[in-house]
Amino acid sequence: MNHSILPQRAPLLSTPGWSAFFAALLVVCALVPVLHLATPADSVFHMSEYMVALVGKIMCYAIVALAMDLIWGYTGILSLGHGLYFALGGYAMGMYLMRQIGRDGNYKSDLPDFMVFLDWKTLPWHWSLSDSFVATLFLIVLVPGLVAFVFGYFAFRSRIKGVYFSIITQAMTFAAMLLFFRNETGFGGNNGFTDFKRILGLPIATQGMRMTLFVMTGCTLLLFFLLSRWLVASKFGRVLQAIRDAETRVMFSGYKPLPYKLTIWVISAVMCGVAGALYVPQVGIINPSEMSTSASIEMAIWAAVGGRATLVGPIIGAFVVNGAKSWLTVVAPEYWLYFLGALFIVVTLFMPDGIVGLCKRLLGRSAKTASAVQQSAAREEGQLPDAPVAPATGGAA
Amino acid sequence: MFRFLLPLATAALLLFGQAAHALTADAARAMASGDTDERIAALAKATATPDAATAAFVQAMSDDAVKITPQHVIVMKDDKGFDAATGAEVPVPEDAEDIVNNNRMRGAFEGTLASLKLLSRDKAERAAAIAALREESDESRLPVIDQALVAETDAGLKTQLQSIRARIQLSSSDATQRAAAAAELGHSASPATRTLLIEQMKQEDNPAAKAAMQQALSAVEGRLVWGERLAALFSGISLGSILLLVALGLAITYGLMGVINMAHGELMMIGAYATYVVQGLFQKYLPGAFDFYLVAAVPVAFLASALVGAALERGVIRFLYGRPLETLLATWGISLMLQQLVRSLFGAQNVGVENPAWMSGGLQLMENLQLPWNRLVIVGFAFAVLGAMAWLIGRTRLGLFVRGVTQNRPIASCMGVNTARIDTYAFALGSGIAGLAGCALSQIGNVGPDLGQGYIVDAFMVVVLGGVGQLAGTVYAALGLGVLNKLLEGWTGAVLAKIAVLVFIIVFIQKRPQGIFAMKGRSAEA
Repeated sequence: MNHSILPQRAPLLSTPGWSAFFAALLVVCALVPVLHLATPADSVFHMSEYMVALVGKIMCYAIVALAMDLIWGYTGILSLGHGLYFALGGYAMGMYLMRQIGRDGNYKSDLPDFMVFLDWKTLPWHWSLSDSFVATLFLIVLVPGLVAFVFGYFAFRSRIKGVYFSIITQAMTFAAMLLFFRNETGFGGNNGFTDFKRILGLPIATQGMRMTLFVMTGCTLLLFFLLSRWLVASKFGRVLQAIRDAETRVMFSGYKPLPYKLTIWVISAVMCGVAGALYVPQVGIINPSEMSTSASIEMAIWAAVGGRATLVGPIIGAFVVNGAKSWLTVVAPEYWLYFLGALFIVVTLFMPDGIVGLCKRLLGRSAKTASAVQQSAAREEGQLPDAPVAPATGGAA
Repeated sequence: MFRFLLPLATAALLLFGQAAHALTADAARAMASGDTDERIAALAKATATPDAATAAFVQAMSDDAVKITPQHVIVMKDDKGFDAATGAEVPVPEDAEDIVNNNRMRGAFEGTLASLKLLSRDKAERAAAIAALREESDESRLPVIDQALVAETDAGLKTQLQSIRARIQLSSSDATQRAAAAAELGHSASPATRTLLIEQMKQEDNPAAKAAMQQALSAVEGRLVWGERLAALFSGISLGSILLLVALGLAITYGLMGVINMAHGELMMIGAYATYVVQGLFQKYLPGAFDFYLVAAVPVAFLASALVGAALERGVIRFLYGRPLETLLATWGISLMLQQLVRSLFGAQNVGVENPAWMSGGLQLMENLQLPWNRLVIVGFAFAVLGAMAWLIGRTRLGLFVRGVTQNRPIASCMGVNTARIDTYAFALGSGIAGLAGCALSQIGNVGPDLGQGYIVDAFMVVVLGGVGQLAGTVYAALGLGVLNKLLEGWTGAVLAKIAVLVFIIVFIQKRPQGIFAMKGRSAEA
């Protein structure tokens, strides 16, 4: 890394970085489809439908973790409300998928089943765009983006920071969850949307469609990774990191933090919305539980487990945590919460730099930049002015 | 069974003991056979001139103890038959038919019996009969009620009878009578009267009667509105005191110590389960003293949560001081583990915690204002805890140390304060108060592994709204949010009220990022 004071554009990715990127692209676009479609079901190389669905789902989560890293790892703002943006994108997609069911529902009506059940005669106004795929694509970006913009504008303008910000994001998500749980808001209440049949007129439960969604998710993840990488390496990203480390000093230097924070906040929300929209057709259900407090906090732990402010780390974290979850909830369901709980504690106590930091330490490379980042983050978060610095990074100044 | 047999026996006694038999054979036959409408008409006619024999006969019919032969209407008693009209014993032929009572008939019996019992000599029976007739609006009851009104000696029952009379008259076919009845009902203060007046006004077409009803309605509403306002205020204070209990412990761990304790809800859950365990022990070993189990449960709940809190502080939290966001993640992990632990120990289902007998029922202040004892006790308890905590923080040596350490750790340490120990004590104190909150919550809600999750967002809202580190702010915020929530609830419904409150908090924090009472000085830079 370059530590010159003069602004100097860092390369987007190093040579090994590009190689890894293209390898990942190859796996997503070629290897997985081949392993899934072209190998016989009893072959050791065969990738089952379950695995494809699982990896597809986790890649959606990885996009969310990446978004969390932009806002938390690089800007120092811990959001406990990203579940809301994820769900908003998911619901926008879900509405389209519900309309695609057409008259094939249980009640053979033009309206979605739950509306027939509630004895509604017409579509509510906010469903009016839901039968157009193009409009849905716009909504997936616009709705989370707009909500994030309004919320972020007011929150950042009032200079709400740290814990206060985390807690009001939590309140906002909680309020939204209560709203979506209600039947009369027209989002299917408790059950949300499910039982999708078609997307773009094509049946949704075929191998081909599953593979298409998988490849799309993988490519989106990789594109978002490149975008994030470009963002944090640019001057914009440097300002963000400066805001994270010492917002007051950034202001003294003549920068207004508001547009920077707001931009990254909206980008992060939009990424979550896209992830939600990719998640819904693969998992086949969206309901208000995506907006629960615990779902949003888990998103933070994906980023923390992998390693904050590393971009690759959160993606790894999402895979490790969710992989462990899928495995443990099958093998020993009652131990899953113990494991997750222990993970929260161990990561915060012993692995402040997450898996990536741990790997760097184990490989004997001095993780100088990472720990400098960590230390200043700790100082910024510190509530007590004389707070002791995190023990793991104490010596690296 | 006794419910039916006992009145039957007394009625039978009356039947044979009294000479006055106003019940004729024809009337009895009309009541016992024919189609339902005719029978009900006959019942109404018979009860217009009530007597004991009619009462006994109706009772017998409602107990299915009446048979019919072409000659007699027979009341069965102990396998013997008695003629309904004369009371003489008659043989019961093989082909005697049972009478058939459908549900409508049974309803008519009940109403009739109640109106007949209005004349009973026993005051309790009269009161029960009056209560049963409350919703009645059948004009054929009027003669009986008039008769009962003349005979009634108790003033309270007399007023109730009058209002029943007015209710019946309100649907009378005569408009002047309806107007008079409305005027009479204007003196009432019960929500049922209001509903009745509103219902009747919809059907009313006579302008004079309608005006009278309108006038009566506004009079009743004027009287009811205070009860309702006070009821809303009380439920607001009750909710506020629960929020206060929930937030008080957090005011120490978060407000003073800067630890975002997401496991606070689970510490409450531990308190609630401790109460459950104490209840179980009392049921098993001290069933006689069961009513007092709560007295023992309070300190147990405090200690259980305080111990867990102390262990958490020693084990995890002490390594994270000054890094609030990381305490958030670590304590969230702890909360998940505690939830699962409780699930493993007690099962995933809610457990039952009973109120002691002295906490059931309530304090009736107005016709439409009843304050439940358990809520009253919790309000008192919340303020007792608040007082104890204020005393502990403000007046004791431990409190002094806690304040000293949270304000300036190095100086406190230089003065010889064992800061690490004070941290443990303070955290244990906050956790113990969470346990007390759990003990209180067990008396009004479900006790299950998810108990804490439902309150954690609220608790943080209260502390943040009040201003971190401000006890007074916590009190105002808790009570304010409680009352605001309940006021909105009456207007928009529970969920929308909750959403409105959350939005209010979000907007409020925009305006005053440091809460109602902003803490002055450098340590407020969270």
